Amino acid sequence: MSKNLLIILLPLAGSLIAGLFGRRFLGNALSRLVTIVCMLGALALSIQAFVAIAVGDAPTVREPVFSWIVSGGFKVSFGMLIDRLTVVMLVVVNGVSTLVHIYSVGYMAEDPDQPRFFSFLSLFTFAMLMLVTGDNFLQLFFGWEGVGLASYLLIGFWFTKESACNAAIKAFLVNRVGDFGFALGIFALYMVFGTLDYAEVFRMAAAGQYPATVDFPLWGAVPTMTLICLLLFVGAMGKSAQLGLHTWLPDAMEGPTPVSALIHAATMVTAGVFLVCRASPLFELSQTALNVVTLVGAATALFAATVGLVQNDIKRVIAYSTCSQLGYMFFAAGVSAYPAAMFHLFTHAFFKALLFLGAGAVIHAMHHEQDMRHMGGLMKKIPFTYSVMMIGTLALTGFPFLAGFYSKDAILESAYAAHTTVGTLAWIMGMLAAILTTFYSFRLVFMTFHRGAPKDHHAKHAFDHAHEAPWSMRLPLLILAAGSLVCGYLGKSMVDVGWFKESIVIVKGHDALAHAHHVAAWVQWSPFGMFLIGLTLAWILYMKVPTLPKIMAEVLQGIYQFLLNAWYFDRLYDRLFVRTAREIGQGLWQTGDVKIIDGYGVNGTAGLVVRLAQGLKQMQTGYVYHYAFAMVIGILVLITVYA
Amino acid sequence: MLSLVTFLPLVGALVILLGVRSDTVAKYLAMTVSLVTFIISLGILTGFDTKTAAFQLVEEVAWLPEYGIAYRMGVDGISLPFVLLTTFLTPICLLASWESIKTRVREYLMAFLALESFVVGVFCALDFILFYVLWEAMLIPMFLIIGVWGGPNRVYAALKFFLYTLAGSVLMLIAILSLGYAGHTFSIPELMKLPLSFSFQVWLFLGLFASFAVKVPMWPVHTWLPDAHVEAPTAGSVILAGILLKMGAYGFLRFSLPILPDASRFFIPFIFGLSLVAVVYTALVALMQKDLKKLVAYSSVSHMGFVTLGIFALNQQGVEGGILQMINHGVVSGALFLLVGVVYDRMHTRLIAHYGGVAHVMPVYAVIFMIFTMSSVGLPGTNSFVGEILILLGAFMANKAVAMVAATGLVLGAAYMLWMFKRVIFGPIANDEVRAMSDLSMREVALFAPLLVLVFWIGFYPGPFLNLLHASVEHLLTQAAVVKTGAVALAQF
Repeated sequence: MSKNLLIILLPLAGSLIAGLFGRRFLGNALSRLVTIVCMLGALALSIQAFVAIAVGDAPTVREPVFSWIVSGGFKVSFGMLIDRLTVVMLVVVNGVSTLVHIYSVGYMAEDPDQPRFFSFLSLFTFAMLMLVTGDNFLQLFFGWEGVGLASYLLIGFWFTKESACNAAIKAFLVNRVGDFGFALGIFALYMVFGTLDYAEVFRMAAAGQYPATVDFPLWGAVPTMTLICLLLFVGAMGKSAQLGLHTWLPDAMEGPTPVSALIHAATMVTAGVFLVCRASPLFELSQTALNVVTLVGAATALFAATVGLVQNDIKRVIAYSTCSQLGYMFFAAGVSAYPAAMFHLFTHAFFKALLFLGAGAVIHAMHHEQDMRHMGGLMKKIPFTYSVMMIGTLALTGFPFLAGFYSKDAILESAYAAHTTVGTLAWIMGMLAAILTTFYSFRLVFMTFHRGAPKDHHAKHAFDHAHEAPWSMRLPLLILAAGSLVCGYLGKSMVDVGWFKESIVIVKGHDALAHAHHVAAWVQWSPFGMFLIGLTLAWILYMKVPTLPKIMAEVLQGIYQFLLNAWYFDRLYDRLFVRTAREIGQGLWQTGDVKIIDGYGVNGTAGLVVRLAQGLKQMQTGYVYHYAFAMVIGILVLITVYA
Repeated sequence: MLSLVTFLPLVGALVILLGVRSDTVAKYLAMTVSLVTFIISLGILTGFDTKTAAFQLVEEVAWLPEYGIAYRMGVDGISLPFVLLTTFLTPICLLASWESIKTRVREYLMAFLALESFVVGVFCALDFILFYVLWEAMLIPMFLIIGVWGGPNRVYAALKFFLYTLAGSVLMLIAILSLGYAGHTFSIPELMKLPLSFSFQVWLFLGLFASFAVKVPMWPVHTWLPDAHVEAPTAGSVILAGILLKMGAYGFLRFSLPILPDASRFFIPFIFGLSLVAVVYTALVALMQKDLKKLVAYSSVSHMGFVTLGIFALNQQGVEGGILQMINHGVVSGALFLLVGVVYDRMHTRLIAHYGGVAHVMPVYAVIFMIFTMSSVGLPGTNSFVGEILILLGAFMANKAVAMVAATGLVLGAAYMLWMFKRVIFGPIANDEVRAMSDLSMREVALFAPLLVLVFWIGFYPGPFLNLLHASVEHLLTQAAVVKTGAVALAQF
């Protein structure tokens, strides 16, 4: 068995062992141990692969595993493709997953269901690895839906809670809506190219071996690549919580916090970005699709940031932040700066996982309190957590020389350097979102760690007993904090033109990224200006004049409620889809089936037949009469018709 | 060989009738017979040539030669999977009834064995009259299983079941007789060559359609199914959903497409329309069900809508997907009915509202339920994904709009299954009755084990199953593409 295959199989093995034998035979400690050891193995092999391919310039690995589905001309195999794009994902996925496994030892210490938890975490990792290592679109889809399952299972991990179960279902269904588009995209790919293999599809696409347009219902003749890319992008929107299909992500915070860090920040939600980058040879061929990606990404970046401004749940703030940062990644991809998107994906994994796990440490310290209004002054109580959270915040907000400084700037500069209407629009929205990002991030820090201790009795009690997390939680925080400090600087060569080699294709003329290195100094430093504005505003509102937010909320009641309710998307969807589906279902059942089909059709006939049968019954007994009846009618009809 | 597989269970039933007085002995005997039948049917596979589309293991004995009627048996890649599915599910059904059937045990076992014989016979029959006789004969044990061992409203359900199928049967009989009259034979392979005129084909198609559509069941002739399922004992539901529903779609594959290709193509829009209504309409209805069995029953209608869609896509992916999905549906809906049966045996209610928090007391049950739920919603890695993706791909290539509407089933299917799962399995323990439930016994685990193997086997490595189909489906598609501007017309009579 090849080493590369082990990267995928180790987490699966860990998941199966902990899942099948954990509860009954292994117990908590051994289940944790098994999954963590498997993850460490997978991580070591991933780093090895990264070094070989990204540092040592080893050739791309193409490894068929086995044939999956064959039907007529439709042939799909499981296979591995490991190139520069993959190794970046391998390190991110296995790195964060390993740290989250370790962190969970402390965080979940009192949970009775630990084998199940660790099994699900490893199962998620397996599916995510299938997603990033696949060499064809269907295997990508396999991993895609697999991570959806793991996400569902982990959001609903505390299944006794109604809200957790509902959030889990919502996540699954909203993702399914995205997958509906994704699946159609895959069918369209097969119809156009006759294969789902990346290499084949990309080769034919580059050579122009496809029809210019395809007929599509309600749309007419659509340029082929636009159709395919937009359908794939619908899937990406679902998985990466982009505007319109984002509603599941904030609710997903019902899951245990380590899950939020791994799945809903660092890895799974970035799968959509990965998909767009992986399919860059296709997206590059449709300017329309790229524009849509840019606009949706920029709109999400801004939208989610506005909602993040007013949330009080510490995890929800970070969730909307994630949504917003994913928007940045998409608009980078949309202006053909895929490497910048991947670079931000890479740095974001560090600081966002750090922020979530840090928030987990805060929640842990505050006895499961998540409302920031009941926090404050924790700086002195948990200085370690405060320090790492501060690093994460600075990295996110683009403080010079930390992670976000490099990656977010690369995105904004690329958008600016695209010199297109759409690119400039994205740049402006991205700049605005940068102010908001700094504002809500520091609002979080100020509300949680600064200001005075909470006043009300219950929160006061929690505050008094607040304590630093155990080492198993502090170690991952420390590693991620170190990563957030340096990964931007160390990884910045990723955005050099050509670093991703043939794994990312950028056609001639789409040179936003190349120009991004040469933009004017004011463009380069303006994100830092946004940082300063956001920081100042947050400081005024939450430190200098802490009564101001309340007054503003009262004065701007309408806007405040609009933002607090996340632009009323949930209420709209509930009315439009959930309740409508139920009402239609009820109507079809009671009116369609019961009243019309059964009432007029079946029972009407039944009554007739029963009356007829009463007569026949006197001549014949038993069930056999039905047969006689059938034969008699049959013969009668035959005779009448043909005689 | 085929006759042995077909009639061994019937012989078993006769032995029980004549020679066995003890219920326990009868149970073991029936189980042994069904297992032996399964093993022998596996033996068919060893000699089966997947390279050819011709009927294999053909047996022919003259019966009524002056009417062209004979005892003709044979299998190809389309019928063999269903024979195996039947012999595979029957022992599971018997095991499922091991403790829950307490009255008239011997009669029950006899009914089941007879049912197995007739159904296997239906799938092996190569003579239209033989087919019809077995098709109708099969109704008797099924009717008895619902009517005698069923729930409180069993008489209404059994009558409804009967009425529907009867209405279809009458029209099918007319079609068969006129076809045999026109072709001077009832041999199915011979009839496939018959050059029928278009208008004659249309009439015959409608006649056969009436019967097949009821069996599938297609919307709007589906309303017998939820009632039949609700009243049937667990094993009855398993066999009903797992095998009987497949007979309708098998009818389309075996008769409508090859014998009446022009009419079949003519009716594609009609079938697509009904299939889509089934997929969407019944999924929405399933969403609102309060009774577990009704929910699974409606989901069956929705899934069978996918099957008919795939078959009439008339391309390799669609048809193979349709056949594979029938096997998958047999496995998954069978398992779902067994799962409902497990908690019904404990709490004697099927109302979703009476459950909640089952995962706390039955963790193994919850995991198995989750796996089959995920298969039902077509998650990759499970068997249903392979079937659904092939069907949708086939449909997409036939008609994009149709595939788009059908693909909404991916969302709706997940909605009703996950919502049901949440209400039954998750949440706090609903009441003391739930608290008192015990997890699966070894016997119950044994029921699910073979089904679980199939879920993952077909999910990850469907090759051996699809290999069975390739040659026969390819041949079927050439038959269905033929333009029979034939001379044999209705007017000849």
